[in-house]
Amino acid sequence: MNAPSPAETGYNFAYLDEQTKRMIRRAILKAIAIPGYQVPFASREMPMPYGWGTGGVQVTAAVIGPDDVLKVIDQGSDDTTNAVSIRKFFAKTAGVATTTRTAEATVIQTRHRIPETPLSEGQILVYQVPIPEPLRFLEPRETETRKLHALADYGLMHVKLYEDIARHGHIATTYDYPVEVAGRYVMNPSPTPKFDNPKMHRSPALQLFGAGREKRIYAVPPYTDVVSLDFEDHPFEVQRFEKPCALCAATGVYLDEVVLDDRGGRMFVCSDSDYCASRRDAGHRGEMAGDALPAGQS
Amino acid sequence: MYVAVKGGEAAIDNAHALLAHERRGPADVPEIAPDQIEHQLSLAVDRVMAEGSLYDPALAALAIKQARGDLIEAIFLVRAFRTTLPRFGHSEPLDTARMAIERRISATYKDLPGGQVLGPTFDYTHRLIDFMLAAGVTPPEPAEAEPECGAVPRVTDLLDGEQLIEAETPRDGEPVGDLTRAPLDFPADRDLRLQALARGDEGFLLALGYSTQRGYGRTHPFVGEIRFGEVMAEFVPEELGFAVPLGPVALTECQMVNQFHGNAEQPPQFTRGYGLVFGQSERKAMSMSLVDRALRTREFGEDVVAPAQDEEFVLSHCDNVQATGFVEHLKLPHYVDFQAELGLVRQMRAEHEAARETLREAAE
Repeated sequence: MNAPSPAETGYNFAYLDEQTKRMIRRAILKAIAIPGYQVPFASREMPMPYGWGTGGVQVTAAVIGPDDVLKVIDQGSDDTTNAVSIRKFFAKTAGVATTTRTAEATVIQTRHRIPETPLSEGQILVYQVPIPEPLRFLEPRETETRKLHALADYGLMHVKLYEDIARHGHIATTYDYPVEVAGRYVMNPSPTPKFDNPKMHRSPALQLFGAGREKRIYAVPPYTDVVSLDFEDHPFEVQRFEKPCALCAATGVYLDEVVLDDRGGRMFVCSDSDYCASRRDAGHRGEMAGDALPAGQS
Repeated sequence: MYVAVKGGEAAIDNAHALLAHERRGPADVPEIAPDQIEHQLSLAVDRVMAEGSLYDPALAALAIKQARGDLIEAIFLVRAFRTTLPRFGHSEPLDTARMAIERRISATYKDLPGGQVLGPTFDYTHRLIDFMLAAGVTPPEPAEAEPECGAVPRVTDLLDGEQLIEAETPRDGEPVGDLTRAPLDFPADRDLRLQALARGDEGFLLALGYSTQRGYGRTHPFVGEIRFGEVMAEFVPEELGFAVPLGPVALTECQMVNQFHGNAEQPPQFTRGYGLVFGQSERKAMSMSLVDRALRTREFGEDVVAPAQDEEFVLSHCDNVQATGFVEHLKLPHYVDFQAELGLVRQMRAEHEAARETLREAAE
């Protein structure tokens, strides 16, 4: 696909002007050089609302080129409204090819999930981040939290996790679960369920995090250690589901609960819509898949 | 049989088409034109320019039309447009002493050079719904008089002559901060704080300013002066080396004069709170000047005890485009995280039940 000229859209390639992209790329390079460190950047006002992915969109705009193939997911799905909106934005302003297939994408922008299909070298995963600061709800002041990071003083976080155990017998954080990156910075993985945390560890893909409203960019370079915080006697655990996906029979994946009626009927299906569809195309059938056509033929 | 919802794209397009239809409203009612908004809803236009931080009445009026009168949405449209504009540089500092005054009042002096000029104001109107307006009447011609010649010095300059008020010293040579070009860092200097307040939400600043009056960070304010009118904006192009006028900008300026008892180093002196906004908005300019003074608490060695004095709190939350975005993002799907919480609550309820069961057995 050819990139539209500025004259056609009225805007530069991928919306942002080149100066701004350069500024963002410098922030990204710094972020990659200091894994897990939150780099302040001069976040721009974007034509979509703050809190709706402006950080991710700016990062994507700064790294995407005319030959890239873009995939955008929200809650693991390519079809949620905001994912559709952001995909259309780049199709319009950058003219890049888009896909729903994880393996075909070179840049994947995501909100709240990491795809089930393992990522590979050369892929970039861009996370939309609402609150980049893992310590924010323990200490509301930015001036204080920056100091705590500088001193690698993460006692607050360990105390919080310990208090969870004291009160509930286990850690009661299910998403936004804090991780330690490359043995130094404690980082917020964005509100992905903790189920996805292990996928970040030594991932061959480059992971970039953009927080537009909070004006921060951070990164996990390929093959970097990402360890979920835990205790020796209370090791980190991910969510488990009792049943496989009702449509594609996948196990060991993250499932969404779908309420079927008002009498307690519910089913569990893959949150990653592309993964589920690929499995159904390959002939896998869950208990509620019925005789429906494979996803690709509907 | 559950079928994953496909076709989000068509649904979005349809929603937008419906929005355009609703915006137009009944076809038998004449469509509103942006120039009607610009000239007849001019205070809405002023607010959109001020908080959109872009001086362009026609564009603001169009944004209000596009936003169906939702001013924060219009501000957002203007901001998103503004961010794409090239920056040539900074204007020269505006000289508000040279303002073509439309309104100028002082609460600290009964009369003063330049006089009190009421101008167009809602003050002293009785807030009775005017049913004649619905019928559409032509208002009588306003009274006219020759303007008083001579300068209209700022009240704070009069106080300054006696050194009764702190001197405002320009920081020559230092670059002016711009929070739209560099990330805001704390502590922020006053230039950045004033920029944030000038762009900040009128309602938020109003409430904060009000809170200082009710004792949450009291500053003992007096309205030294409020003036509204046009000031020429000037710019020095590098290739010329001298200032050229860009055009007039309508502004409201508020100089709040605040009591200060002094400390070991400084004698008792009045201090300043400053407000400056595009267009006519005394509420915003006054609120801004109250909050500006409150945010100078540390500068005067006073204790930060109230929200309005807390720089991180005020500056992080005064931007309504940021605030509305993040509040409204809660309507985006969160079902992945909610699923995680569902699992946790179920687990904790099961544990709770098991613990009670154990207790019950132990008791029996």
